[in-house]
Amino acid sequence: MRIKKHPILDFPEKEKVKFTLDGNELEGVKGEPIAASLVAAGVEVLSRSIKYSRPRGFFCAIGKCSSCLMKVNGIPNVRTCVTKLEAGMKIETQKGKGDFN
Amino acid sequence: MIKTDIAVVGGGPAGLSAAITAGVTGARIVLVDDGLELGGQLIKQTHKFFGSEKQFAGIRGIEIAKNMINELKEMKNVDIYQNSTVTGYFEDNAITILRGENEDIFDKVYAEKIIIATGASENMLPFVNSDLPGVYGAGAVQTLMNLYGVIPGKSILMVGAGNIGLIVSYQLIQAGIHVEGIVEALPTIGGYLVHASKIRRLGVPIYTTHTLKYVYGNEHVEKVKICAIDKNYEFIDGTEKELDVDTICLAVGLSPLSDLLWQSGCHMEYIAELGGHVALRDENMKTTHDNIFIAGDVAGIEEASSAMLEGKIAGLNAAESLNFKIEDFNQLNVKLKSELAELRANPLSEKVKQGIKKALTNGMRSASC
Amino acid sequence: MLEKNGIPNEENLERIYPDKKRLARGPVVIIECFQKIPCDPCAASCKFGAIKPFKDINDLPKIDFDKCTGCGICISACPGLAIFVLDENYSKTESLLKLPYELLPLPEKGDDVWALDRDGQKICKAKVARFQKVKNKTNVVSIVIPKNISMKVRSVKVEDKNNE
Repeated sequence: MRIKKHPILDFPEKEKVKFTLDGNELEGVKGEPIAASLVAAGVEVLSRSIKYSRPRGFFCAIGKCSSCLMKVNGIPNVRTCVTKLEAGMKIETQKGKGDFN
Repeated sequence: MIKTDIAVVGGGPAGLSAAITAGVTGARIVLVDDGLELGGQLIKQTHKFFGSEKQFAGIRGIEIAKNMINELKEMKNVDIYQNSTVTGYFEDNAITILRGENEDIFDKVYAEKIIIATGASENMLPFVNSDLPGVYGAGAVQTLMNLYGVIPGKSILMVGAGNIGLIVSYQLIQAGIHVEGIVEALPTIGGYLVHASKIRRLGVPIYTTHTLKYVYGNEHVEKVKICAIDKNYEFIDGTEKELDVDTICLAVGLSPLSDLLWQSGCHMEYIAELGGHVALRDENMKTTHDNIFIAGDVAGIEEASSAMLEGKIAGLNAAESLNFKIEDFNQLNVKLKSELAELRANPLSEKVKQGIKKALTNGMRSASC
Repeated sequence: MLEKNGIPNEENLERIYPDKKRLARGPVVIIECFQKIPCDPCAASCKFGAIKPFKDINDLPKIDFDKCTGCGICISACPGLAIFVLDENYSKTESLLKLPYELLPLPEKGDDVWALDRDGQKICKAKVARFQKVKNKTNVVSIVIPKNISMKVRSVKVEDKNNE
């Protein structure tokens, strides 16, 4: 969900782009962090832990905690909270360490 | 290979201030920042700053950042590398930068002097199910809300009644999000009382001597149980309270991001009053390493106002050590330090003052230089 | 206790409140600032010298209530949203209270809003006499309240007209 009106800040309409998450098409804002677009689209689980497959989500927003690592266009372990969303990106939920397959 | 006079690592309030102050002397500056935007934590601060006019009192953090960034971008002797991570410090006084759209460009920057202004990261709190989606750092929620206009959840529990906890709670309400309550383990509110009063007037309860006992949920936060604690931080039976929240914000302190300082061989010490491990420094913000200065939260967890002053002091003195001087250098140096002392001359800053005393080098120098 | 729950008690308020005589004369400032922090925009904003210039930036504001005209400029200047202007001379039974407002929805003149106390509890409905949109976005709402709760009301809740 996104903020429409704010008492202090302006949120002008930004360019929307389509991308896929695990094969499903979603819409996000071009240039904002991938993870932000995912949270806005209601996606809370960004990765699963290595051993117990526990769900992990957005935590630090500054690329330091490793909770948001996902596979982006085939590249694993991308810090989606500090990586910009582009049209047509193929995002995949990563379980554990990630690989190039 | 890039050669410069002064490299500034970190483009938050401290780094920006350092770069501007040093840049004004004519020194060549390279500023490196790893965020998507310059400005560090300033760009999410929608509240008006405290302090005095000199520290931009009454102006919202976002405006302060905008003004500084514009000023810096006008300076022809300053090169800015955004979205770029400094990956290491090397013995020949070089820093390496990883940058580019695909993080595939690797640069080496040789600088005569380096100012580390890398800021801090949020602390974690251990509790059952602390890793569930829906548990956020309070600063992260601030970023989502104020930078990207994204709503993190419908009902928030804030953990921590320091300034960050109080301010972010208020900003959540401004964004139209319900704050169920604030828990604080200590018996008193740690942040400014005016921030607390402001949030109480909007009906948000502050539960002091309370903490999180349990978080329920499978794939994300669904419910929480808070509990009162006694003087030994033990749960008091029968005081549990269940709260319907889907999001938890942790505002339980910050720790300096000092990796580069460890690597460079600066003398580091654990100083609790400053938030963790910090490099020792002199009054001009120079560490035990002759070529390395520090400023901002990495030097000790404090406020943006003090970060900006420390940045100015570091920038001014780093430039001076390379013979880039402004006319009234001594006057300005003294003025900046007295402004900083003035900011810290209140009961709430006692802890920080004690920490800074402990953090002075007192003439100590690193073995590596 | 203020340090425990963020709510000033009678003792705190007594120290900063204008006296009954001054209150009866007309609009006057009430600054609910009890803690020494580095902050002085209130003094800098006062054109009448009613909020005396700070000697030390950490001082609590000192007010010359006789110089205060109740203009309310300081309400928007305070970063802590701690300043109010009270006019107990508004009418025989009513006071006019000016307070800072940084939320949505924005109230309009003539609206009925909820008057809240320092605990955020609803006390009664109050009419908006004036709404000033201020450039720095700390707007000022003027509400009409029964005189006997002048010391209690410190916040408003504006209902969403469109129920968005």
